[in-house]
Amino acid sequence: MSARLVQRPGPAASLVIRGARILDPIAGIDRVGDLVVRDGVIGGDPAGLEEVDGTGLLVVPGFVDPHVHLRTPGREDTEDLASGSLSGAAGGFVAIAAMPNTQPPVDDAQDLVRLLELAERDAVIPVGFIAAITKGQEGSQLTEAAELAELGAVALSDDGRPVSDAAVFRRALQYQRLAGLPFTLHEEDMHLSGDGCMHEGPVSARLGVGGIPAVSEAIAVGRDVLLAHYEGARIHICHVSAKETIEEVRRGKAMGVRITAEVSPHHLLLIDEDCENLDAATRKMNPPLRGRADREALIEALIDGTLDCVATDHAPHGASEKELPFEEAPFGVTGLETAFAALHTHLVRTGRMPLELLIRRMSGDAARVLDMPEPTLADGATANLAVIDPDAVWRVGADGFRSKSSNSAFLGDELTGRVTMTIAGGQIAWRT
Amino acid sequence: MSSRRSLIAIGDLTRDEITRMLDLAERFSEVMRRDIKKVPTLRGRTVINMFFEASTRTATSFELAGKRMSADVVNVKGSGSSVEKGETLKDTVLTLNAYQPDILVIRHKAAGACAAAARYTTAAVINAGDGKHEHPTQALLDLYTLRRATGALEGLHVAFVGDVLHSRVARSGAIALATMGARVTFVSPPTLLPRDAAEGLGVEVSTDIRDIADADVVYALRMQHERMGKGGFVPSLREYATQYGIGHHRLRPGQLVMHAGPMNRGVEITDDLADDPTALITTQVESGMVVRMAVMYDLLTESSAQRTPEAVAEAVAA
Repeated sequence: MSARLVQRPGPAASLVIRGARILDPIAGIDRVGDLVVRDGVIGGDPAGLEEVDGTGLLVVPGFVDPHVHLRTPGREDTEDLASGSLSGAAGGFVAIAAMPNTQPPVDDAQDLVRLLELAERDAVIPVGFIAAITKGQEGSQLTEAAELAELGAVALSDDGRPVSDAAVFRRALQYQRLAGLPFTLHEEDMHLSGDGCMHEGPVSARLGVGGIPAVSEAIAVGRDVLLAHYEGARIHICHVSAKETIEEVRRGKAMGVRITAEVSPHHLLLIDEDCENLDAATRKMNPPLRGRADREALIEALIDGTLDCVATDHAPHGASEKELPFEEAPFGVTGLETAFAALHTHLVRTGRMPLELLIRRMSGDAARVLDMPEPTLADGATANLAVIDPDAVWRVGADGFRSKSSNSAFLGDELTGRVTMTIAGGQIAWRT
Repeated sequence: MSSRRSLIAIGDLTRDEITRMLDLAERFSEVMRRDIKKVPTLRGRTVINMFFEASTRTATSFELAGKRMSADVVNVKGSGSSVEKGETLKDTVLTLNAYQPDILVIRHKAAGACAAAARYTTAAVINAGDGKHEHPTQALLDLYTLRRATGALEGLHVAFVGDVLHSRVARSGAIALATMGARVTFVSPPTLLPRDAAEGLGVEVSTDIRDIADADVVYALRMQHERMGKGGFVPSLREYATQYGIGHHRLRPGQLVMHAGPMNRGVEITDDLADDPTALITTQVESGMVVRMAVMYDLLTESSAQRTPEAVAEAVAA
């Protein structure tokens, strides 16, 4: 009974990367030299292997994303397991966990098994699947979590919406003692959010766009911290956006609650003022881009570990949906292909955050929140790594996206740092 | 892709540009006093009015403004068009753009509709109201009305009273008035006052109706039932009328009264005040057409050479 991450079978990678900076903060590795991958495993004899010039390049443990949307089943026109996993590979990800808010939602054994089979056919990197907490994500009847756990679900989530009824959620937490799966929670008070489309504050007042108050998120987290404490349950908080929410997470950790939390690159780098152009494709997501003070608090909390990891909340949408007026377009932006480059450009290169810490927060720390395997460059481990040119400058979207959708929060931006190769599950999944 | 200048938000205009448009409107108002109220200024130009949300004043005045400048004016409404068949805004705009219009006038229920539409047309886009976002030509006609009534906008104090939360009239108006150096106060029930309005819009805010005492102008806002969803923003219209309704009993002599219409008589404004000839409400309606003539002329005038007094004189010549 453990999470299944599934990948298309393929040839095992065998090569030696010469003269690169080999950096694995968790394993305590930081050296310039060669890294051997033989038959998909790190280490061994380099004799006879293909040689890759790694001069000036960085080799790091691959990234893990506990929160992506692969739109399968139902909206394969915007993403499928092949395109979504390739998008991840292009961003240096070696494992991703897909949310269940598909059409229909993944809420029973049959849905889960079908996706695992599809992943075995299509996924270029290991993909895991999160199942719904409640049937149809409707917030009332619990899914068969014990069976879903046995079949290899990574976690449970009603992402896209909260479990609004506290009694239902309490029962789900109690049932965790049997099923064992962590909850990964979209936190929002739907009444407070109302028909809001962006952060409630001075910018929403000026634009006349309905506001989503920061307390909508913080109140929901506060409730679930108390419930998790009361039931001794384990929870993970999705896409924290507001400084008030950070305080709730901090309080939970201080109380000894088994709570972890993630933050997205767009919330770390963009703010409500960036919504002035009313461009839904790049600026409309839920939770919304918050204020400047929120962004600063998020960066601080990611550095001090209150927020455990980065997750992209990669949310592809078709162009025709995102071309609608701001208030009518769906929420969500893509993120897999830009996550490292955007954070490297704006947090590492500016001196806000050491490179080593960013690698931790995107790799091992991100794996741990949902008990996914931690990538490592230690000898004998399955190769799960990213090769990065830290000085490569590129423009987001200039050569398209591997994702089927182009609603990137960083569309058109110039970023520094690009993934040149990804080896995931021992296979070469991406190579420029 | 709009290659012409558009008017989507009032903040796009500088103080000088606003003054220029108001001056131009004065010239067009002279035309309206003639027997023949038509000039050939926009002959050969095409204006398409796209009203996806109900309108009487704005739709009529845009149509008349275009016709009085001899433009070909076409009206497309949400009902009766392909929008009813599920055509998206983008496709509707692309379709109409194929007729090579010079101006698209758009009203839509969603904030951001005009910004979105402007990506798919080469015409100038004029925002005739998009959701709660903006209504820039309303702001201009209000400035025009006030400038005529008071002589100057600088230093004027305007109090917008009522449902600020749902009001694009208040939002565009406040930004425009601030640009012209006027002072703005929002006086509103606490539940209908946008959070952080003071910071976001640079206005003063109050929940006390007595704070209108200091204002030169009291601008009553319509209670927008249609944007309130399940409602509950105020306990009752009766209590709202008691607490915030504007009538003679709240005004001091000389205070000017405005309302953008349509009015809820007996709610935000009393019946007799609504009919009081000293209120500027009818003047606002009259101003609408000449201001919209000025906006259309200005947006289609590519160079400053066409905005010289001589050029303008020619533009308003019969």
